[in-house]
Amino acid sequence: MSASTGNPAAPRKGRLDIWELLIRLVLIIASLACLLPFLHVVSKSLSSDSFVIANKVFLWPEGITIEAYKKIFADASILRSLYISVIVTVLFTILGMVLTICAAYPLSRTQFKGRRVITFIFLFTMYFSGGIIPDYMNINNLGLMDTIWSMVLPLSFSAFNLLIMKTSLTSSIPVSLEESARIDGAGHFRILLSIVLPLSKPIMATLALFYAVGRWNAYQDALFYIKHETDLRPLQLKLYYLVIQASESFQLEATQVSLSNPEVLKASVVVFATLPILCVYPFVQKYFVQGVMLGAVKE
Amino acid sequence: MKVASASKTNQTALLSKKEGIGYYLQRDWQLYLLVLFPLAFVIVFKYLPMTGLVIAFKDYKIARGFWGSEWVGFQIFQEIFSKPDFARAVRNTLLLNILDLCFSFTMPIVLAILLNEVKSVRFKRVNQTLLYLPHFLSWVIIGAIGYQLLSEGSGVVNNLIELMGGNRIPFLQEDTNWLISYLAIGVWQSMGWGTIIYLAAMSGINPEMYEAATVDGAGRWRKVWNITVPSIRATIVTLLIMNLGKVMEGSFERIFALQNKATTEFTTTIPVLVYRWGIESGNFSRATALGLFQSVIGIILVITADRVAKKLGEDGIL
Repeated sequence: MSASTGNPAAPRKGRLDIWELLIRLVLIIASLACLLPFLHVVSKSLSSDSFVIANKVFLWPEGITIEAYKKIFADASILRSLYISVIVTVLFTILGMVLTICAAYPLSRTQFKGRRVITFIFLFTMYFSGGIIPDYMNINNLGLMDTIWSMVLPLSFSAFNLLIMKTSLTSSIPVSLEESARIDGAGHFRILLSIVLPLSKPIMATLALFYAVGRWNAYQDALFYIKHETDLRPLQLKLYYLVIQASESFQLEATQVSLSNPEVLKASVVVFATLPILCVYPFVQKYFVQGVMLGAVKE
Repeated sequence: MKVASASKTNQTALLSKKEGIGYYLQRDWQLYLLVLFPLAFVIVFKYLPMTGLVIAFKDYKIARGFWGSEWVGFQIFQEIFSKPDFARAVRNTLLLNILDLCFSFTMPIVLAILLNEVKSVRFKRVNQTLLYLPHFLSWVIIGAIGYQLLSEGSGVVNNLIELMGGNRIPFLQEDTNWLISYLAIGVWQSMGWGTIIYLAAMSGINPEMYEAATVDGAGRWRKVWNITVPSIRATIVTLLIMNLGKVMEGSFERIFALQNKATTEFTTTIPVLVYRWGIESGNFSRATALGLFQSVIGIILVITADRVAKKLGEDGIL
């Protein structure tokens, strides 16, 4: 936040000297490098086959058509993947937030005995884990393979997010406020629900976003745990099989001859899968920057 | 003794009457109840899997089960150390991650310094927004965009090269090219995002230092070198230590999204090998041992880097 406004290095107002121009040029090139790949994929997804096959599409769609998008929306399996992704992300975010709050609030209270030990138990998981195979066996033993819960439960505790939440609660909730509530006879549940949570809306929004975007983008666990139930594949995994491995064909491929170039269709699927993030990106970016800076605050 | 220490910590007369765990459980039972849920969760999903690590020391047979399988000591480790795939995976993991550290770690520092030097706030904001964007995309999408851009047959980069009279380059279909593309894509994905922490550190620099330097006749680069860089040194060291710990790890998702059958030379890394041995071939003991080897080396690296940083007078992370 302050990173984007405060600028102590530069003099107040100055003319554009050669260095300033050079710096801006480098930054513009870097920014364009981040933007142009999308523009190209979007253009390709909106172009007609013949222009793409002739390698004529660069940053502007040629022979504009939404044929490919029509096909995606007619493909039940892609829509189902989107649906699975949404459900998993929502459940995961809710669970992650509940876990974080339930752990962070007690650990942020100084009168809570044993908090050092319990904090250690939580934070140790940040540095050491069983690894891929023990996790896999655990999910298998718990009977979660090929269920939606294999994508919701295992990752929903984040020691990193807990640390951020704990730091925030310790510093932002004045002890006096809590004390006066206690004198009025409020228990911890009451204090948490009526004082702490309403005061922590910004940090909760930030962490919820961390959980949601992290879940939305992950596909490793789905790759491991969703083996046979193709109906449960989240969007990212569907995309992996469809575009990268190219091991799956579009369901309607045979019936629609008009769209023969898989490149256009692949580009459309990429755009389709990116859209949700692109829609929320301008709104969430600010919160993420705040969250990263909070995470950088050391204990 | 006990009473004395208890009355020291609890100052009110009411509290000093009782002490011990029972008292606190009774007083703060709501807090303990709250923490019980995440605690149980962590035990089931984080600590319970750790017990599975013992199969690295057992000859695990699914039919015999976890307890029925035979103890074999370090035999599994000896077995994996002698595999040619193991040596290759270790080499690749180190190679990819160290190269990645060289480029993906330094780029954000450079960009942050440049962004900090820009005078126009508007220009800076627009650039930051664009630079952060790739970080919000999954590796699958980045991999897919990578293939759209870089593939030999239809990639736009090759179309441009051809248009300018060059030959098409198999960016992702040949080993060395793949390695370069892999690194470039990594820089692309992380360069903007990595600037946030450095910019935050820079915003804490006292403006008077710059003013004093200006009075002393320091030019722009002199100020960057003598004020900005030293001010973010602690941040750089902290992040470096954290990244050094990951040198044996690397992102499975990233490699998996970018690998293909034509480029096996550099794509066999430890996480990929763990996946192949364990989940694809079902050799759980071998894959677990490899994963454990990786974690242990990772922890040793973090601790060592942290010690070295402290010796050099930095804060460290542990």
